[in-house]
Amino acid sequence: MSGTAPAIQLTDVRFAYGKGPTVLDIPSFRVEAKERVFLFGPSGSGKTTLLGVMAGVLAGYSGGVEVLGRDIAKLSGSQRDAFRGSHLGYIFQLFNLIPYLSVMENITLPCRLSAERRARLKGVPLEQGAHAVAQRLGIDELLTKRVTNLSVGQQQRVAAARSLLGTPELIIADEPTSSLDYDHREKFLELLFESCAAAGSTLLFVSHDRSLMHLFDRQLSLPDINRAGA
Amino acid sequence: MVLLSLAYHSLKNRVLTTALTVFSIGLSIALLIGVENVRVGARESFANTISQTDLIVGARGGSLQLLLYSVFRIGAATNNITYQTYEHWKNHPAVAWTIPYSLGDSHRGFRVVGTDENFYKHYRFRRDRSITFDSGRLPQDVFEVALGSDVAKTLGYKTGDKIVITHGVAAAAGRGILDHKDKPFTVSGVLTKTATPVDRSLYIPLEGISAVHIDWTDGAPPMPGEEVPAEKITKQTVKIDQITSFLLRSKSRIDTLRLQREISTYAEEPMQAIIPGLTLQELWRTIGYAEDALTVVTFFVIIVGLLGMLVSLYTSLNERRREMAILRAIGAGPFKIISLLVLESFLLSIAGCVLGVALVYVLSVTFQPIVEQHFGLYVPIQPPTSTGWIYLGAVAVAGLIIGFIPAWKAYRNTLSDGLSVRL
Repeated sequence: MSGTAPAIQLTDVRFAYGKGPTVLDIPSFRVEAKERVFLFGPSGSGKTTLLGVMAGVLAGYSGGVEVLGRDIAKLSGSQRDAFRGSHLGYIFQLFNLIPYLSVMENITLPCRLSAERRARLKGVPLEQGAHAVAQRLGIDELLTKRVTNLSVGQQQRVAAARSLLGTPELIIADEPTSSLDYDHREKFLELLFESCAAAGSTLLFVSHDRSLMHLFDRQLSLPDINRAGA
Repeated sequence: MVLLSLAYHSLKNRVLTTALTVFSIGLSIALLIGVENVRVGARESFANTISQTDLIVGARGGSLQLLLYSVFRIGAATNNITYQTYEHWKNHPAVAWTIPYSLGDSHRGFRVVGTDENFYKHYRFRRDRSITFDSGRLPQDVFEVALGSDVAKTLGYKTGDKIVITHGVAAAAGRGILDHKDKPFTVSGVLTKTATPVDRSLYIPLEGISAVHIDWTDGAPPMPGEEVPAEKITKQTVKIDQITSFLLRSKSRIDTLRLQREISTYAEEPMQAIIPGLTLQELWRTIGYAEDALTVVTFFVIIVGLLGMLVSLYTSLNERRREMAILRAIGAGPFKIISLLVLESFLLSIAGCVLGVALVYVLSVTFQPIVEQHFGLYVPIQPPTSTGWIYLGAVAVAGLIIGFIPAWKAYRNTLSDGLSVRL
């Protein structure tokens, strides 16, 4: 991957669930490397579907989807899984964590599943790397706790830490702040920005809540780029 | 390794269902291994109902019949052998010892066995156990009787009691019409429990059998008033005419087969000699179908245990859709999802196997003496037999295979759910 390749490049992408109506019809969508992009759209405008396509979870689309310079369609299923595990960090809206693992185990799980991602720690021991990320996000003292004992805000920061460890090139966040109150949202975003900058990661942030959009490099409306959502 | 740790933590998280599942599989494994051990024990115990006897000798007839009436006190002999013949074999140079049995009388449903002191000296069961007395001593006088422990216990007799024996063995308890009323026997002792058919008989001297029939003619009792009074009868005055069968120990194993042949071709009298071990095995084969039935039932129990595991894993999948979506998002492919669930099911069945074997050990150690004492069943405490290992392996593999059912369902879920939020 050259430094100049865009983080995400979609060309003429169409997608439908089974034989249902077309959910995505995007002529062009591009996110530059290290950019912080805010993508907003109302519920049902195809946000989660778009993320699923970009993350390589949803197959069966037409058109070109390049993520980090790689044509997703040309990868096999297991290659896509490996690619996602290694190069992408994903933060859900809610319930990001495996309930039966400790905070530390949750954070380190992607690196334990993907040898490639772990290799990008450059020899730093896994737990030490986790400590560093956790410290940046202010959750260092939570590492030994059970995830079920955490507040929602703490959980989202643990999810952020997990998506950041192993410095994936692309962080995709699917409304990670919607369950937080306003003060916590800003604080959370600041921490996320800092960490992305430190890791050199691109951030694609999806939300229906535009109160945070001014904090980003670029703002996009999904209905504007997706002809199917209109 | 990551998957193993995930599977472990996931199971630990659902500790109650995990424990119940492991417990139900463990119980069925314990049942399976337990039945297997009992089966081995039963076969062993059965084969050792009588030990150290090389040949059982009686009048010519069915070999199984000879075994049944001589060892198990079931059925009756069609013919006796003369005492003269018995003495011939008793004094044969290749013979170490003999135990004579004279059968045909009973007491309230229990068989009366006429024998001599060789029975108390040489009779062996369960390899090397001999006859001992709980109380009293062996019968010495003509009209003394030693009781098997079941007899004493059932009828409530103790040393010193007087009992009357009945002619013939067909009468049920108390219904004998031809009681040897005029010649009662005194209980001289009670034998220690052997948990073999020995317990269900009464033992009187050979002379005692002759004595109660001394005044009989042609199989009929004497007319009233013509009885020979018991006081007049002593061991010296009684003549033993015949016995029913005898147990024989040869001086060396090589002699056994030669003796057997020699006995069955004895010119003076039609006789047969059987090797008890062989005939016992033959008998076991005919009654052994019961153990197969038991095994079949146990297999169904195992199936129920495994189905329980399937149900618990399958029903947990809906709650775990979220977890699967997270795993996919962080790079776990369908293969890893499937492996995780198969691994969980495999771990459950392995844990069940371990628990089951442990249960069998604990139960065996706890109950072995009690079972041996009450049922005469020596259940060996041992690592699983080769059959046992095959069972364990089969259950582990079955657990693995069954795991594919929820795994497949989980895989389908992840395909339809993708990364979407489903709760």
